[in-house]
Amino acid sequence: MLLEDKDRIFTNIYGFHDSGLKGARARGSWDGTKFFIDKGHDWIISEVKTSGLRGRGGAGFPTGLKWSFMPKADARPSYLVINADESEPGSCKDREIMRNDPHLLIEGALLAGFAMRAHTSYIYIRGEFIRERERLQRAIDEAYEAKLIGKNNVHGWDFDLYISHGAGAYICGEETALLESLEGKKGQPRLKPPFPANVGLYGAPTTINNVESIAVVPDILRRGGHWFAALGLPNNTGTKLFQISGHVNRPCVVEEEMGIPVRQLIDEHCGGVRGGWNNLLAIIPGGSSMPLIPADLCETLTMDFDSLTKLKSGLGTAAIIVLDKSADVVKAIARIAYFYKHESCGQCTPCREGTGWMWRVLERMSRGEAEKSEIDKLFDVSKQIEGHTICALGDAAAWPVQGLIRHFRPEIEARIDAYKAAHKEAAE
Amino acid sequence: MAVRRLSPDQPRDFAFTPENLSWAKETIAKFPQGKQASAIIPLLWRAQEQAGGWLPEPALRHVADMLGVAYIRAYEVATFYTMFQLSPVGAKAHVQVCGTTPCMLRGAEGLIDVCKRRIAAHPHELSEDGQFSWEEVECLGACANAPMVQIFKDVYEDLTPEALDKILAAIGRGAEPKTGSQIGRKTSSPEGAPTTLTEPALYDGSRLGAWRARFPELAEGGAETAPGSEKPKG
Repeated sequence: MLLEDKDRIFTNIYGFHDSGLKGARARGSWDGTKFFIDKGHDWIISEVKTSGLRGRGGAGFPTGLKWSFMPKADARPSYLVINADESEPGSCKDREIMRNDPHLLIEGALLAGFAMRAHTSYIYIRGEFIRERERLQRAIDEAYEAKLIGKNNVHGWDFDLYISHGAGAYICGEETALLESLEGKKGQPRLKPPFPANVGLYGAPTTINNVESIAVVPDILRRGGHWFAALGLPNNTGTKLFQISGHVNRPCVVEEEMGIPVRQLIDEHCGGVRGGWNNLLAIIPGGSSMPLIPADLCETLTMDFDSLTKLKSGLGTAAIIVLDKSADVVKAIARIAYFYKHESCGQCTPCREGTGWMWRVLERMSRGEAEKSEIDKLFDVSKQIEGHTICALGDAAAWPVQGLIRHFRPEIEARIDAYKAAHKEAAE
Repeated sequence: MAVRRLSPDQPRDFAFTPENLSWAKETIAKFPQGKQASAIIPLLWRAQEQAGGWLPEPALRHVADMLGVAYIRAYEVATFYTMFQLSPVGAKAHVQVCGTTPCMLRGAEGLIDVCKRRIAAHPHELSEDGQFSWEEVECLGACANAPMVQIFKDVYEDLTPEALDKILAAIGRGAEPKTGSQIGRKTSSPEGAPTTLTEPALYDGSRLGAWRARFPELAEGGAETAPGSEKPKG
């Protein structure tokens, strides 16, 4: 069963309708906001906990629980920081929220900010999203003018919402790197602990949430945590924006229920895999950092956190990159390795040196110019990067390489054999 | 990591225009007292726009002085963040071709070939007339509309080499080609008939206020505002 239109949250995700305040209100935004705020901080957190919402930025940490870590009484100000640094290859959902449904995000920011007792919130948007930033700023200006946010607004909770931006650094999507960048420094991640809920932006209590996590909050409160929890699968509740790119007939972003079978998602919304389902080679299920899943495992695969973790991969941002049989899978992963090499912040040696090393080896392997023993060495090196760095970029660089070796070792070996055969004569 | 150095050829000085200066002051005011360094990326970005698409060294010092930070902090930021162009770019277009896997799978290499042929053999090299330059960049976040390029503020999506060729020719003539998807679809909706969001009730306002039914305290009166007598206090 596909998600019914009545259960969709993002009703203007493609921008077919007015993205401004008037249009957003007609679709249900800012309806009842004051009532929910009057219900109190704890009521909002409890509804979000009931909904089972897990963070939509990739890690899947329960959102309500995260909010409850914020101190209830503290001399320092509290901050809500919204992570709009959408940069994981494959991911392109927050962009659509910000340019087409910005009021969902702004209303969500007020409600989330109130829940965690924050009077100030920053949206950190990636530098490349210039038109998205302009559109979002217009929507924020409208909200200020209508006194929906700002000082002495109609909701009775002073709340300032500002946009800041990056300038082309994937690492700033990592929450502590984002804080560094927001403070005007290079985006190099901080050691945790202390966690941002204790020492975050400007040393004050801070919660960092993904755009989609915040944008679904108003509808969770309007329809109830139980409504959201009834969608999807246990522990993997609600709706989710899926982004399908690569070798499908009609790539798109679409809101669906968590736990939708990947085959159904691709067939119903994307017009199928290019050349038909049997032409599928593999999918990268959650943005480029998630290990690929070969076609035979995709047959019954459902798109949710738990089932993908079982396959040693992950849902990530639910960005599915589809590879059909014409794709050069080694080269595709080598290009991902290059991405991580390019985006490593350089702070930790295993990542700074390891990402470049893995990329160079994979480039050779994509041509077959390698020894078979190097496959194990590559796997071993990836394991030495994984878990040995301050932030998860090292892991994100290691996982796709591990996935490739786990599922496509015969393909790499065949290339090495072919290369050796072609160069045998020259060597002799 | 990428090795990035300032260009050896630099203008003598830089100062914000009066409009940009007042914009800069507003931007600094978004951040708490004493935390004005937070505005460094937006200010450097505005400086780059003013300087014609690249960030000259005097602009780094100008912005650092405005924010009261050491010059080295501004240099660090400018060399760390790859959207800051450290040498001049094409006046009419600096084409940023996304080359990461989702775009690569749908033909980004063909777009790079177009850039090499039309503009210059190497990235960051100006075309002969100085009007164009190009580079391969990492994922620009429009993967469902791959392959794509960004030219200054705008993106051009669902490209083919032929389509990019035409866009660059149009920009060369001084025209403003259509931005966004080049195959006529709206944003990232699936091409052709929509598969979702066809229910008219989503848009006729009939669902407004439906949330009230969930709260017994609102059931009878249907008062316009909530009954909460206590104002929330921080």
